[in-house]
Order: sequence, then structure tokens, then C-alpha cells
Amino acid sequence: MVELERVTKVYRVGTFGGRALKAVDEVSFEIADGEVVSLIGESGSGKTTIGRMILRLIPPTSGRILFSGMDISTLKGKALKDYYRSVQGVFQDPFSSYNPIFKADRVFRVVRQEFFPNVEEGEWGKRVEGALRAVGLAPGEVLGKYPHQLSGGQLQRLLIARALLLDIRFLVADEVISMLDASTRIDVLNLLAELKGERGLSILFITHDLALGHYLSDRAVILYRGCVVERGPIDRVFGKPYHPYTRMLLSSVPRLDRKWEEGKVGLKGQQAAPTKGCVYHARCPFPYESCKGERPHLVEVEPGHLVACHRIGETEVGKCRRQG
Amino acid sequence: MALKVEGLRVYYQTLRGDVRALDGASFSVGDGEIMGLAGESGCGKSTLGRSLILLKPPMKYVGGEVLLDGDPLPIWDRERMAPYRYKKVSIIPQQAMNALNPTRKIGRLIRELLEARGVSSRDLLPELKRRLDLVELSHEVLKMYPIELSGGMKQRVVMVISTLLDPSLLIADEVTSALDVSTQKRVAEMLVGFRDHKFVRSMIVITHDISILYQIADSILVMYAGKLAEKGPTEAIVRRPRHPYTQLLISSLPEIGVRHTERRLSGIPGSPPPLLEPPQGCRFRERCPVAFDRCREEPPFEELAPGHLVACWRAHG
Repeated sequence: MVELERVTKVYRVGTFGGRALKAVDEVSFEIADGEVVSLIGESGSGKTTIGRMILRLIPPTSGRILFSGMDISTLKGKALKDYYRSVQGVFQDPFSSYNPIFKADRVFRVVRQEFFPNVEEGEWGKRVEGALRAVGLAPGEVLGKYPHQLSGGQLQRLLIARALLLDIRFLVADEVISMLDASTRIDVLNLLAELKGERGLSILFITHDLALGHYLSDRAVILYRGCVVERGPIDRVFGKPYHPYTRMLLSSVPRLDRKWEEGKVGLKGQQAAPTKGCVYHARCPFPYESCKGERPHLVEVEPGHLVACHRIGETEVGKCRRQG
Repeated sequence: MALKVEGLRVYYQTLRGDVRALDGASFSVGDGEIMGLAGESGCGKSTLGRSLILLKPPMKYVGGEVLLDGDPLPIWDRERMAPYRYKKVSIIPQQAMNALNPTRKIGRLIRELLEARGVSSRDLLPELKRRLDLVELSHEVLKMYPIELSGGMKQRVVMVISTLLDPSLLIADEVTSALDVSTQKRVAEMLVGFRDHKFVRSMIVITHDISILYQIADSILVMYAGKLAEKGPTEAIVRRPRHPYTQLLISSLPEIGVRHTERRLSGIPGSPPPLLEPPQGCRFRERCPVAFDRCREEPPFEELAPGHLVACWRAHG
């Protein structure tokens, strides 16, 4: 459904835009119909930039993003409007998605003006109620209220309901539950899972929380400094991670079933942004000389599971591949 | 006992009346104990933490007492609290990265802070450098402005500054929340290191993330709607929680290895009661799956097993 082909985004930074910052570096992956893909990375990994490029809020510097085979950068006028009928985003901070001086349900009115001017008032009311019920909200409790009268979970669900009114097929969910409390965030996750199951919705679930990503997704893409270091089926990436970065992330997640292993995750080297070589080599516990000079390509270690690491060549899998 | 809190009540004054954010808290923290303070937003955990160091309007002291190393802390009196603040009780505030004065180099900022408290900064310099090493910061940061440091570095600077005078009690308010997982782990381990090196005698770590507490805390105190719900040794709270709220909260956390298709987790229906006019009796009653008539009466926060206290009629039944 959505395909990214060597998508790159370079930002000009510094006082006069004199320096270039590669936020996203030749990222390719695809999201199939009815699939949930987790885009996992720490701050500065470029995960949000990717989401924003898919939503066409910012253009890629190079590379293409395809939706049902069409390059989205070529869309104009009606075609672009149709694109937004099928593709919508929900973001991290539900409070800043609303204008506090208007009632929260204004978001629905704007959708009607923009996309459905011919739908009658009564019919539209029914559609809104249907969408609200689909996200588990009682219309009477939320309609006619101001944003400050609703909880973060309710506001986030209203935004998902707003997206559903458009009959979307693809949702970019950027850290949608990181600001919600534990007791409500799981309900929003379950809601996304239901939408996928019942409506065949595809979701790009952008998160820094590995446990949340695992709970919901079919596949995972692990980003580090704008590069995909590992991607594949969720059970494989989490069950048998190859890349040292993925392993470090997984071992750092606080869990309730086991204590952290002693073992030092150094903070040094985090600041350095290598311009060539493997993006992770400064922090990598087992770097090779070649890691400094040459950037590793993604290599398939098992069906659908790709890793970008020079060490892969030395492991069993790498040997098998070379022989086979 | 490093810290003993008895019946502490702190409300927020608003035009519509008092918001009872902390409504009767009694607990203690032992020597060398790291106590985790957990709960959802608005449960009063930050109010509790802040009231122990700087109670300022609209916060209002209503009642109760606080003993630190046996001495009463005059938390209701800002002036009289001054000698205790920073020296005896210190805090790493929420969003510590924004706590540094942007117009001062870190070194000067520290010097001024110490001199304001009559401490010679020159004597402390070797110790300061040792502690910067401990949090993996180069001594160069002393010559830098806050803007030159990343968020995580500023956070560690604040951690070092807040504990420089070896306070008896350190309150760490959501210090790991805005960090990436790998940094989060290191910062959490540093907090334990501060205790192990005896920079602080005991610590209250405030967070909404129970899985972090499971890694570093000796005990966990769970709050709900301005009241204490449960306190106990970490292992007991995580493995054998007795308060229905703690039970539901823990079971709603997704763990790595859990997928929605295999095991569907559920949240806690409903939302916390308004604290402007909180209901009588147990404040969790309306959301509680096992509530019964008696819950109209307020349950006492009492010991079930040594060190394990619960405020629930069912648990005491």
C-alpha cells in the first residue's frame, strides 16, 4: 500500500543553513494492506520525519514515497484531496491538536466542510456518532465539550474518530499514546488493533517504546540516526535481534519479568554523528576497522529479516548465505 | 528512619475551592531506601514530592507533619525551610534540563549556588569533578553554557548539582521519563549509584513507570487520587499486589513478548474522581471491579504483612 524507496531528508541547519543534517538516510520499506508496522527509534532517529513525509507535510530531499503505486509528490488538487481521504495522521500531543477556544468536536465540522459539503446535517450527525462509537466513546459524553473538559485518552480517540470519518486506509500514528496514562493507553492500542482487524486499516506506528510496538505490530523497522539498521517480522526482530543496536535497545527496556543485566551501556559516543561508515560504530561494542569506512548494506539473514551490520558476514547466517 | 510523614495534607487553592491533591499521607522511608512513588497523572505524587521541599502558592499546607532524621521539617514555612532545602532535602525537578540558568556557565552557576549557601566552591571542586566522572560528563562542561549541552547532559548536570551537598533525602521527579531507553537505563543506574556512594541517604523516585521502579527501587508506594493506595517491598508490589488499583495498573502494562493477538490486555475503565469535591469513602470505588457496600467508608492504610500496607477493605477482609 505504502512504499518508501530510498527516501532521504536533509535539513539545513546552523545560522545561515550552512550545515547539512541528514535526518533520514536512504530509507526503504513498505507497509502492506492491513498491516501494522512499528517504526522504532530513539530521539533524533528520524522516525517522525518519515511520518511527516508520508503525510506530505514536508517533502523528501530525494527518493520516492508511493501510495498504491502512485508517487505522492506528484499529487495535486483533487488527487491530493483524495489522498488525504485515505491517509491521515494522529500525533503525540492530543492537547495541542485542538484549538482551546473552540469546542473539541469542531474537528468534525472542519472535516465536513472540507470533504463532505453535500452530506446533510442529520446524516452527518449519524456518521459522527458511528465513528465515536467505533473508537469507544459515548457521543453524549464528548460532543459539545471543550478540550480541557476531556481527558488525553478521549481527545486522542476523538482524533482517531475524525480520521475514521474519512474512510481512511492508512494511518500514521506518531507516538499517539506516549502522553497517556498506563490505564488508558492500552485501550487506545487495542482500538488500533481492532481497526486493523475490522477495517483492514494499515498503520505506521511510530514509537520509542519497544513493548508497545511489539504488542501491536506485524513488522518492525529499527532506525538509528536516520538509517534502517534492522527490519523484519516482529517476532524475529524481537526474538532474535542481530544488530548490536537492536540488542542494546532490547536489553535496556525496563521489564517487570526480569531485572536489568549489569553491563554498561555507555553514553559516550552518542553525540558524534559519523558522516561515513556504520552509523552505530562509535557506540558499537564490537566494531571492526571496516565499520569506520564503509556503510553496511541491509542483508537478508532469514526470510524478510534484514540487518545492516558488517558482523553479519562473519556469523553463521552470513557464511551460509555466501555459500548458498 | 530517614523520613517519616504523618497525615500530610496539601491542597491547591483555586477560585472554586480547594483541590485535595494530597489528602492524608502517612509513610516512612528508611535509611538507604530508594522508594518509588508511582501513580497516574493527577494522583498527587508530584505534589507530595514538591511539598517536602518548596511549598508555594497555590499549594497550601493543611496539616500533618514531616520528620527528617528525627527533626521536624517546617514545610509550611518557606523561610524556616531554607536552611534544610538543598542541604538536607534536595530535588531533581521534572524537566531538569530546563532548570539551568541559560546566562551562566555551568561552573559559575554551581559556584554561585554554593556560595549562596555559605559553602566554599573551591573545597568542593575535586569532589565535583569526581562526580562528573561518575555521570560520564567531561570536566569541560563547567566551562560551557547550558545551551551547549544536550538534554541528557543537562539532566546529568542537574543530578550532580542537586546532590553535591550530600542531602539526606533526594526527590527525583520523573527524571527518566523524557529519555531514550538506553539513556534511561544509565540514568536510573546512576541514581542507584548516588545512593550506593552515600551521596544521598535515601531517595524518593517519582515516576508513572512501574517497570523502571522494578529495576531500581527497594519499595514502591502507589497513589490514587490524592490518597495512598499501597506501599510495600518492590517484589511484593509487582508480584503480589493487594490493592485492586495496583493489580489493574500492573496488568495493563504491555511487556515485550506480549502481542494483542495472543493476550489482549485491558485498561481501567473510567477516570479518577474530581479532587475538588472527592467522593466519600474509597476514591477508587467507582472504577473498582470488587467494590462493595463497605467501600463507602474510607479504608484505613494499614499493614497486611511486615512493610506491606494497603488501603482496601477487601484486602483487610
